[in-house]
Amino acid sequence: MKIIVSVKRVIDYNVKVRVKTDNSDVDLTNVKMSLNPFCEIAVEEAIRLKEAGVASEIVVVSIGPNAVQEQLRTAMALGADRAIHIETEMQPEPLNVAKLLTKIVEAEEPGLVILGKQSIDSDNNQVGQMLAALTGWPQGTFASEVKIEDGKALVTREVDGGLRTLSLTLPAVVTTDLRLNEPRYAKLPDIMKAKRKPMEVKTPADLNVHLKKHISQLKVETPPQRQVGIKVDSVDALIDKLKNEAKIILRKLG
Amino acid sequence: MSILLIAEHDNNKLNPVTLSAVTAARQIGGEITMLVAGSSCQSVANDAVKVMGLSKVLLADSAVYEKGLAESLSALIVELAADYSHIIAAASSTIKDAMPRVAALLDVGQLTEIVGVESEDTFKRPIYAGNAIATVHSHDAVKVITVRASAFDKVEAEGGNASIDVVNVVFDMGVSRFVSEALLKSDRPELAVANTVISGGRGMGSAESFNLLEKVADKLGAAVGASRAAVDAGFVSNDLQVGQTGKIVAPELYIAVGISGAIQHLAGMKESKVIVAINKDEEAPIFQVADYGLVGDLFEILPELEAKL
Ligand SMILES: Cc1cc2nc3c(=O)[nH]c(=O)nc-3n(C[C@H](O)[C@H](O)[C@H](O)COP(=O)(O)OP(=O)(O)OC[C@H]3O[C@@H](n4cnc5c(N)ncnc54)[C@H](O)[C@@H]3O)c2cc1C
Ligand SMILES: Nc1ncnc2c1ncn2[C@@H]1O[C@H](COP(=O)(O)O)[C@@H](O)[C@H]1O
Repeated sequence: MKIIVSVKRVIDYNVKVRVKTDNSDVDLTNVKMSLNPFCEIAVEEAIRLKEAGVASEIVVVSIGPNAVQEQLRTAMALGADRAIHIETEMQPEPLNVAKLLTKIVEAEEPGLVILGKQSIDSDNNQVGQMLAALTGWPQGTFASEVKIEDGKALVTREVDGGLRTLSLTLPAVVTTDLRLNEPRYAKLPDIMKAKRKPMEVKTPADLNVHLKKHISQLKVETPPQRQVGIKVDSVDALIDKLKNEAKIILRKLG
Repeated sequence: MSILLIAEHDNNKLNPVTLSAVTAARQIGGEITMLVAGSSCQSVANDAVKVMGLSKVLLADSAVYEKGLAESLSALIVELAADYSHIIAAASSTIKDAMPRVAALLDVGQLTEIVGVESEDTFKRPIYAGNAIATVHSHDAVKVITVRASAFDKVEAEGGNASIDVVNVVFDMGVSRFVSEALLKSDRPELAVANTVISGGRGMGSAESFNLLEKVADKLGAAVGASRAAVDAGFVSNDLQVGQTGKIVAPELYIAVGISGAIQHLAGMKESKVIVAINKDEEAPIFQVADYGLVGDLFEILPELEAKL
């Protein structure tokens, strides 16, 4: 079975973003960029399925400017076999990403597509579900466990009340939650080897996809900052402040 | 304008997050129709008709919709979509699963977790784990929107008198099947709707010591939450995680115990009215957002707090 993993280049999760003074966007100049953490987990899951003999080939895809090739090389250093870079200057919206991925999926015919559940920059949480809708495939989103058995994917999902397990016919789309696995680090020799792995570059035009604008960002602002509070020196002082200053009723109601 | 609002429920009761989504819908304006899709969920529809501000309730009652599987639920919503300018719902795990499918099938974008309504086509939503707030404008004829419930007050659950229309279309896509679930049963209030939340982090040290925190929670009638580190360490189950990629809460009082205050955690709780932090490290970043900070050992502070409440 072939697996496609779709990965996004985003601001590193340790960096605190700053909004530009003209409020047009956040400032990404000279900011450390990385593989979206959920995408790292997606790559790791594909590698584990290959190591387990379930998958035969892993293809990583990323959509964006030239710089995303860095993340594609990282994914290949970790264990992906080849990469497809779909080159666009603009940061495409989720529906456009899903349409481009649909074309790749039609050409590559994978048994499984694994994506992150959410990009940590736009916090959209959309692409996997949209891809599943456009391909007509079943989806297992927010996965914390994936098993492939008898031609089905058994996906345990993180839902509001706990965990839920679904059985999906293949091919299917899976999106990863944080607890699915702990990603490995790339080793130096593998980073060297990844430089020689194949990287195909395509454009949206090659794939016959017209990128449409659905949502425009009008402005970006810094959220209201909380006032720095005070330190209290005892439990008694805390209870007193909560009752008398914050006027909070400190007991079980009803 | 006419709005289709998808109800969140457990086939038994309407989930209060729905009432926050109604507030967002009322700010957009126009007639609001609420869809209750589930199985043996007449009681939910009976709750729904009483909610203030609705003109109609659509009831789609079929075993197929019991677990809210995205493939079927999204097909149902798309089938009904033609009559509406907006399709909106609180961002529960069921809705986050199904709504982007609705958008894709309608060939429109989705606005994720709005926290403000500027006009019928312009909204505010957090990006970068809430470190920036974007104002976004939708160009699509149909707006598909999920709502961050903690950012909107709830409408009155009583006083309305909408009528119920039964919807008989059933979409069984046959590609996904429910196998099993492990849902946490607790007498404590639900995280998303509790007035008080007390969360523990890695500093709690073990699953057993979460008992100390639960005792305080019970005194306060509070919901229990956790940081991702506490969930990863296996102290508590995943559905208690508060943060960018867990639950977003904004209670009257949030107490963070043994939590350092990483941006991903703050993203889930910094809109709380009053924040208390208990941490032995006086430099912990959590103190920067706390109204009241208590520096000390949680293993001493929690029992004392429980005794004195
Ligand atoms: C993509 C991504 C998404 C994430 N999403 C989330 C999310 O949704 N929610 C979330 O919480 N995290 C999330 N994280 C993880 C986040 O970055 C932090 O790692 C996590 O929040 C840390 O949890 P913590 O504060 O419990 O642990 P730590 O940072 O280890 O802090 C433990 C604290 O306990 C204190 N302490 C220890 N012992 C005691 C004691 N005896 N008494 C008092 N205080 C004590 C210490 O001083 C310390 O401040 C995410 C990370 C990534 C990469
Ligand atoms: N530009 C992109 N290129 C490749 N994959 C993407 C891109 N944007 C989003 N994705 C995938 O979709 C997932 C969810 O993203 P989102 O819906 O934007 O939150 C990400 O974790 C990636 O797996």
